[in-house]
Amino acid sequence: MTSDLRPLLVASRAGLSRGRIELRQGFTNAETLWGYLLPTVVLLVVMFFARDATVPGTDFSLGGQMLPSSLGMLVAFGGLATVAAIIATEREDGTLLRAKATPNGMLGYLISRIVVVAGMGLVSSALLLVPGSFLLDGLMLGNPVAWLTLAGVLVLGMVATMPIGAVLGSLLSNPREVGLVTLPIMGLVAISGIFYPVTVMPGWVQGLAQVFPVYWLGLGMRSALLPDAMAAVELGGSWRHLETLLVLGGWAVAGLALAPVALRRMARRESGASVAARREKAMQRVTW
Amino acid sequence: MAVDAEPEVAPGATADPQVTLDVRDLRMRYGSTDVLDGVSFTARRGQVLALLGPNGAGKTTTIEILEGFRMRSGGHVDVLGVDPAHGDERWRARLGVVLQSWRDHSRWRVRELLAHLGSYYTPYSTSQVRRPWDVDELIDLVGLSAHARQRIGQLSGGQRRRVDVAIGIVGRPEVLFLDEPTAGFDPAARREFHDLVHRLTDVDDTTILLTTHDLDEAEKLADRILILAGGRIIASGSADELSRRIAADAEVRWSRGGQRFVHSTADSTGFVRELFAQHDDQIADLEVRRASLEDTYMTLVRDVESGRVDGAAQVFPEVAR
Repeated sequence: MTSDLRPLLVASRAGLSRGRIELRQGFTNAETLWGYLLPTVVLLVVMFFARDATVPGTDFSLGGQMLPSSLGMLVAFGGLATVAAIIATEREDGTLLRAKATPNGMLGYLISRIVVVAGMGLVSSALLLVPGSFLLDGLMLGNPVAWLTLAGVLVLGMVATMPIGAVLGSLLSNPREVGLVTLPIMGLVAISGIFYPVTVMPGWVQGLAQVFPVYWLGLGMRSALLPDAMAAVELGGSWRHLETLLVLGGWAVAGLALAPVALRRMARRESGASVAARREKAMQRVTW
Repeated sequence: MAVDAEPEVAPGATADPQVTLDVRDLRMRYGSTDVLDGVSFTARRGQVLALLGPNGAGKTTTIEILEGFRMRSGGHVDVLGVDPAHGDERWRARLGVVLQSWRDHSRWRVRELLAHLGSYYTPYSTSQVRRPWDVDELIDLVGLSAHARQRIGQLSGGQRRRVDVAIGIVGRPEVLFLDEPTAGFDPAARREFHDLVHRLTDVDDTTILLTTHDLDEAEKLADRILILAGGRIIASGSADELSRRIAADAEVRWSRGGQRFVHSTADSTGFVRELFAQHDDQIADLEVRRASLEDTYMTLVRDVESGRVDGAAQVFPEVAR
């Protein structure tokens, strides 16, 4: 092992262990737990009440279709909004600067963030999938191909969204601006066929939805968990796996190209004075 | 191997490995304001330097340029033989940084965080410097043994600051930067912190550059005090040298025939000689009080801030290094 590589390996290992420690901290923290549970409970309640309605043009349960779509939405939300919020918050409280002051600390920091967000995504998915499988009928949970597809979409979705989330987070100047990221994503969710088939939307809205990852994540998850006959009511009457791969892959490439530039630019600007200035501003807001 | 092809040493840099900080004519300009206007100083291994000055004098800017967190507008800066603007991670591993305000990692336990952050330094261990510091030894050194398993968010302000210092030194730095280390400390916590700094320089020969606006602190900790005002170092030297060199007026008090007198003079010895020559044994209650370092510091800073910069620089020449 060359002497140039060892520090990077050590930092990567430190990042992994940091991610593990912080995930564990999340499970013993009421606020974080609530953050996991609340959306899941709300989604499950909505699905439960929609279980007897049917997807237009079929006799399949609308609630049953919502479950995979919601999984896709959770992945998109975690990758975009959670990552952006984490970066904005940890810039303000000095975590990022601490990483910058540590040799190879930024590498460890980024790896730990990937571990935390991916871990949170898995936990949220399980929290939705396990009770959902009892409440709803018609999901292909006994099929190994379904699980493989689900895993594939999950990983691709994370790679497609997390770097973009990091770019968005590096553009925010403080954690109170996270709404600037969250609200547009909610808008995307509304038009991306998560809670109701996208086919009922006007053509231009369908076109817009297909530019962003939320729609494709929902579609990918539906392709994994719904019976093949359900592809008939999708756009183009197919699961469009190739297109899913291309669009999500495109976002991944764009994100992976942009994120290092954006993160490096943000890190370069971090200093004690900038952290102190943001803190000052945050305090003023509290006093008002 | 070409000995003179060492890329890390800037041309003209001193080759003396004992010199850890070398700053010459450092300039920093924001828009049309000169925050730093030609700051120069050096420090050697094991020295404690205090950068003293009023708020806004450029202390934090100086320290952040040396830490590599901020780009300078001009001048020559050398930290451990490397220009901080181009410092790599190997260089970073030899520095310790304690900034003004941290509030990160509140969910982490003290020992857990120190062990984690320390692990980044293991590849940079050398035969001279074993990195990182043993966690339990370090926790003991900063006096947090009783709190090792506590969450950082639950610590008091002073304890939290000691965690910051412990993180700053976990990689056994050769140069440690401390920005306002004792801001918000009560007197007891301050004294404990001063003991800690003394232990650090004793144990590891660490060069320490600290900023403070507390003169008393600078006097207690520093081998050399640099007084920064208006973007320049207006005086430097040990506390003793400064108060001796800065020819401020002394105050002479005495009584004669039941009446009390006070007189300010630059030449107190001559004045008292004259006094006795004139009145001899009528003089009682004689008291000569040399201007304290604080008085001279206040005068100095006031002069600079009221625009009499050049006058101050002439009256108080820098103590030769």
